[in-house]
Amino acid sequence: MARKGNRNGDKQSGRGTLSRRRMLKGAAALAGVAAGSGAITGFPLIWAQNIKGVTLRQFGTGVSNINEIAAKAKEDLGITLEMAALDSDAVVQRAVTQPRSFDIIDSEYWMLAKIVPSGNLQPMDTEKIKLFDKIVPIFTKGELGDKKIASQGTAPFKVSYLTGPDSTQFSATPTKWFTLVPTIYNADTLGIRPDQVGKIDSWKELLNPKYKGKASILNISSIGIMDAAMVCESMGEVKYGDKGNMTKEEIDKTMKVLTEAKKAGQFRAFWKTFDESVNLMTSGEVVIQSMWSPAVTAVRSKGVACEYVPLKEGYRAWAGGLGLSKALTGLQRDAAYEYINWYLSGWVGAFLNRQGYYSAVLDTAKANMTPDEWGFWMEGKPAQSDIKDPFGKVMEKASAVRDGGAFETRMGAVACWNAVMDENRYMVQKWNEFIAA
Amino acid sequence: MWAGVIDRAAARPVALKARRGRWWAAVTWLQVAPLVGVFSAFLVFPIVLIAVVSFWDYTEYTIVPDFIWRNYAEVLGSAVTYRTYLSTLKFAVLTWAITLVLGFTVAYFLAFHVRTLKWQMTLFLICTIPFWTSNIIRMISWIPFLGRNGIINTALISTGVVRQPLEFLLFSEFSTVLAYVHLYTLFMVVPIFNSMMRIDRSLVEAAADCGATGWKTIRNVVMPLSKPGIAIGSIFVVTLVMGDFITVRLMSGGQSASVALMISNQLAYLQYPAAAANAVVLLAVVLLIIAAMMKIVDVRKEL
Repeated sequence: MARKGNRNGDKQSGRGTLSRRRMLKGAAALAGVAAGSGAITGFPLIWAQNIKGVTLRQFGTGVSNINEIAAKAKEDLGITLEMAALDSDAVVQRAVTQPRSFDIIDSEYWMLAKIVPSGNLQPMDTEKIKLFDKIVPIFTKGELGDKKIASQGTAPFKVSYLTGPDSTQFSATPTKWFTLVPTIYNADTLGIRPDQVGKIDSWKELLNPKYKGKASILNISSIGIMDAAMVCESMGEVKYGDKGNMTKEEIDKTMKVLTEAKKAGQFRAFWKTFDESVNLMTSGEVVIQSMWSPAVTAVRSKGVACEYVPLKEGYRAWAGGLGLSKALTGLQRDAAYEYINWYLSGWVGAFLNRQGYYSAVLDTAKANMTPDEWGFWMEGKPAQSDIKDPFGKVMEKASAVRDGGAFETRMGAVACWNAVMDENRYMVQKWNEFIAA
Repeated sequence: MWAGVIDRAAARPVALKARRGRWWAAVTWLQVAPLVGVFSAFLVFPIVLIAVVSFWDYTEYTIVPDFIWRNYAEVLGSAVTYRTYLSTLKFAVLTWAITLVLGFTVAYFLAFHVRTLKWQMTLFLICTIPFWTSNIIRMISWIPFLGRNGIINTALISTGVVRQPLEFLLFSEFSTVLAYVHLYTLFMVVPIFNSMMRIDRSLVEAAADCGATGWKTIRNVVMPLSKPGIAIGSIFVVTLVMGDFITVRLMSGGQSASVALMISNQLAYLQYPAAAANAVVLLAVVLLIIAAMMKIVDVRKEL
């Protein structure tokens, strides 16, 4: 979840120099959409020519702060992406209140429960997504391999389909109308400083008095409450029907456990942004905390040992994707579809996988990665040589193994998803009381 | 300005007076118009809007025009609100007391102990140097200084003063107040220094001639005459602390609450009406505090 990170700067700007009229003329002249053929062998693909010079405004949390993607899109498609990265609360706020301020939203799935009812998103036609059938079935069918994926919380499958082209109702079964095309997703767990924390195997260690004054939890209520629930459940303090949709009573019990821990001085600080979590860990203020995968990598790249521990209760997963604004029509919409198709065609997937995220279509990403990279990031195999991030910086030395192992092992062990609950208002109120306690 | 204009108009012959009077009145209105316009557009209108929205209803993703008291009932009926106000007031009082002592001392030194104007100005400008960097930078730079493995703790441990690092130094109420004092002392120094520079030096000499000790002079001459400066500085500091949310979040590690932080959280969750109600209450509280201060020191009269 480098969604908050914003490390690559705020904005990718630079408008295309083509005027609107020339753009339309070009559109009239070249109406044919050239299709990429086979997906796996699909490079070099031929992309639509009529969309050259189109500018799309994209904002969001996750991939919207990766300028390299915008640069590559410009190179391959000729479209200009104006990207703006915001924190998750601000994304919801803007999507709901200013629907005309964006063309493409890069949203997380849990936000959809708030954004879709506002009617500001336009469902995507699955037939226009060329690699739709190749998208990881976590999103399209709610399963992985032949296993059902955990459905506690806002599991992406539950909010992936709408009942019709103008609907604001989620459909429990697949339809032709898709809300978001997944971009990045991952499974989150606790991060520790192995030099100061021994071996741990359970979420309950977060509140272990051994780490008094050295623990931290993230202060974004909708995510923090899930981590808190994982902790309370593993301590045996609270039993949940659905951690992603708690009853008032469950919320009360969870917050009681956390408040007592806070009063006893368990927590050193709460963090809200990616950078804060990295700084807390590298400076040694905190030795155990809920963390995001790229943040762990960032700590390590500063030369501080940090481990992203697989825990027996499983992971809390999250996912983000690209959606279309209601206001998007005509050539702009064609360009947006083409951009999304390009997104799934492999280069971006490889780029994201190399940072420790997972991408939506695995086959095409694999074709763009070396066997060693694929083995390390996706199959849990020891690295044959140094593993570099997309910017050429060494992330892991040869023989390193990814924390938690292979893709199927990690995503298969998901226990719940980031969520918005029915009792959200009550939960936020209780969360604020906890922070103020 | 008003008085001057009218006086001048009144001095003219009676026949001209009516015509000129109207003319001057129009000019006066025109003269105040830009300021009235700016204040109406950027101060009065937004505040009225906030007050209006505070009566609206809301859901997860919409705000609904309505007239309900629920937002106020929730703000005023919640124990969290009172606890938060208490903690914010505590920060405000502590910061105010410390910046007052520091600010008064610094201003006194500058105004009465530094003899030449050149040095007074030089030293005064030196006081403002920290303000050349941004608020956030000044706050964040405390973190490596106060942290568990920070400069102070490292020094204390290596000199054997303490064995365990002092945990209270960072992410605590201590660090929050420290940052406030660091950020806001200058707001106290400037108006007090300004007031002190206006004090007639012969009054101080007269006090000495009458046999007053240094302390008595400060107590009975300097302090009363610096009251307007103290009042203005206090208003600055108290309102800044009451409305702060970023210092308290960063320096307490997100563990303490403040009223403005509560409002910012509500905004983040799209609860605009609740945030508006909270803002109206905060505004009322701050205005009451300022009114109380004005009751003690009539700044307008004393200036």
